[in-house]
Amino acid sequence: MLGAFLETLIGGLLTGVLYSLVALGFVLIFKASGVFNFAQGAMVLFAALTIARLSGEIDNKEVHLANFVVAAAILGLAVALIGWYAWREFVARGGGPDERRKMQILAAVGALVGGIAAYSYGKGAWPIWLAIAATAAIMGLLAYAIERLVLRHLVNQEGIILFMATLGIANFLDGFGQTLWGSDIYKINLGLPKDPIFLFEAVFPGGLLVDPGELVAAAIAAGLVVVLAIFFQKTRVGRALRAVADDHAAAQSVGIPLNTIWLIVWTVSGLVALAAGLIWGAKLGVQFSISLIALKALPVLILGGFTSVPGAIVGGLIIGAGEKLSEVFLAPILVKAFDLAGGGIENWFAYMLALVFLLFRPQGLFGERIIERV
Amino acid sequence: MTLRKAVLLGASIAAAGLAFASAAQAQNEQFIPGLIYRTGAYAPNGIPFANGVADYYALVNERDGGINGVKILYEECDTGYATDRGVECYERLKNKGPTGAAYVNPLSTGITFALTEKAPIDKIPVISMGYGRSESRDGSVFQWNFPLLGTYWSAADIIMQHIALKEGGFDKLKGKKIVLVYHDSPYGKEPIALLEQRAKMHGFEFTPMPVTHPGVEQKATWLQIRQNRPDYVLLWGWGIMNSTSIKEAAAVGFPRDKMFGVWWSGAEPDVRPAEGGAKGYSAAMLQHGAGQFGVHADLKKFLYDKGKGSAKWDEVGEVLYNRGLVNAMLGVEAIRKAQTKFGNKPLTGEQVRWGIENLDISAARLKELGFEGMLQPLKVSCSDHEGTRAGRVQQWDGAKWVVVSDWYQSDDKVLKPMVDAAAKKYAEEKKLPVRDCSKES
Repeated sequence: MLGAFLETLIGGLLTGVLYSLVALGFVLIFKASGVFNFAQGAMVLFAALTIARLSGEIDNKEVHLANFVVAAAILGLAVALIGWYAWREFVARGGGPDERRKMQILAAVGALVGGIAAYSYGKGAWPIWLAIAATAAIMGLLAYAIERLVLRHLVNQEGIILFMATLGIANFLDGFGQTLWGSDIYKINLGLPKDPIFLFEAVFPGGLLVDPGELVAAAIAAGLVVVLAIFFQKTRVGRALRAVADDHAAAQSVGIPLNTIWLIVWTVSGLVALAAGLIWGAKLGVQFSISLIALKALPVLILGGFTSVPGAIVGGLIIGAGEKLSEVFLAPILVKAFDLAGGGIENWFAYMLALVFLLFRPQGLFGERIIERV
Repeated sequence: MTLRKAVLLGASIAAAGLAFASAAQAQNEQFIPGLIYRTGAYAPNGIPFANGVADYYALVNERDGGINGVKILYEECDTGYATDRGVECYERLKNKGPTGAAYVNPLSTGITFALTEKAPIDKIPVISMGYGRSESRDGSVFQWNFPLLGTYWSAADIIMQHIALKEGGFDKLKGKKIVLVYHDSPYGKEPIALLEQRAKMHGFEFTPMPVTHPGVEQKATWLQIRQNRPDYVLLWGWGIMNSTSIKEAAAVGFPRDKMFGVWWSGAEPDVRPAEGGAKGYSAAMLQHGAGQFGVHADLKKFLYDKGKGSAKWDEVGEVLYNRGLVNAMLGVEAIRKAQTKFGNKPLTGEQVRWGIENLDISAARLKELGFEGMLQPLKVSCSDHEGTRAGRVQQWDGAKWVVVSDWYQSDDKVLKPMVDAAAKKYAEEKKLPVRDCSKES
């Protein structure tokens, strides 16, 4: 019994780390802009699809050639736009129109070189590192497009309007990703180990089963969390982000460029989506359902608070462990005791756990307590 | 008249002419709606099926010029496997074409449940081939439902017969533990009644374990399976749930050759993502399996060689593609049957319903149609809307599906009383009139 409990607990905690990773994407954007980004799940799917298709096997030349031409175009455009944006920032700090022209030429050349490189690689499956790098560029481009086309026009609007806008982005990305890359189940091969490990076989009959793939995934996720925490706490940009989160107007008044900060935040959030997509994709296969994983992050956010990075991590662990333990140990008791019709409880139990928690800490685990004078 | 006006006038005349011509042509078309899904969580399984259906209708039009000269007008609507969108698609398409929809294939048990209430009012038959309500094979109550080729009770019974055969008889199942891992939806719950009945009869311990939509989180389920160590696991999944189950089974070390899926858990997209982990996994067959038969040669000649196919040629002959072909073929043959009574013209849903209920496809006819080796003969009647209850079992050898059993027939001594009771209950609840099938021709 103890063995079964520990095994479920370990499995739950490992899954929980992955929930934390998705929840982090939400927290980052909420912290910096007060937007609850409903499109986070769609971004995870889009990133995973892009990596999977770029690194995928060639089974039909024609189709893949078409894909790679599109990929090359996107990559080229990404290089061009990111370069152009960087240069524009440079120009804003004192560069003249001549430099601007030079930069535009440079960006165009970059696009051309990027496109040709992507196209020539397109004849075979890309190595995974290149696919990841290309996807990172594409996620940066996506962040830019979202900031430029959607958010910029909604400055000073109600939070709910921004939220609805992200709903639109979510639906667009879900559909567009599938239109571009197809809706089959694709593989991402990270070479994660597959054979289960059995711990403490001497103590527990049959040992404690641990999925090594999940162990590696959890380690990657934990590493990413550390990097993000350092980024937020120790770097200049991180401090600027926190300032923006505290008060937009005050941050602007001391010269922090709001649009740039938003771009950075959405890019970082896109990269978190990429990491989540990579890990979930390698685990489950890349397919539309991955975007639904984001819903798993909601109870984590309720529990951990929308503004706290440690909250997302601890919340993820509690929800992961809580839902697995409840499904394995509580559900059979409930079904028997009340003669219920049955059905899985782990999905709604996570929310209930979070709601019960809110009774005692309305601001979440590590959320900031809001005190306003009225 | 200015040049601009002249162009506009010319264009309107041309448009009117075109509209007239297409209207005249539309008068001799049989409309068939396609409730399919090429997007969403279940797309990997929905796409090959949709391609098979579309290709068969296109083949009939290209090769035969339609059904006895009546061209098929086919329109797809993407339901995403969601019941609400399915009903919306149905409402949008039911009145299209000169005579409305000939029949509807919901391709979802949830949508089938919803349309079962609407079909009698709209007089459009529902063909739920290999899915839907198991009791709907009773045509005396479910006049408009046709779960052709097999219901979930038939599927579960065939799998149990196969397991019993491996164990050396049903009596050897006493004391064994059998778990059903099912999609927590009307679809996944369907086999429970039959399996409970069999458990009662043979004394094995039966435990159903639900997996919530879309089925990507199954860790808790499989840790329980690892702890309880059942003798067999039955899988009633769909879409990504299937491959996830097989992967999780591999992760907890449950032997794949003790795992049996329903025929919706036994196609290439279900096993390929699990790679080596799927080897040894078996599934019931809705009669047909993968592979190319007579009809595929026609598909190549009339569609694929001309660049008109829906799929890639190397996907033609996969399990779900073939199922799409079979589904479309049965519909076309039902229309053909109805034409013998009502004439070679576009028919209403009500007329096609008669055709389905009197469908009788012999071995010789199957051969003519190019389906020899895929299907057994079937005969539908008022009292039996299933038509046949035969099935086989196939096993994934790591690269392809291999048929590993002879033909089974689901045991009607067990099924029939259950069907009768459930259909009677349904008729009473919905206050439906019950037909006397002995008086139907």
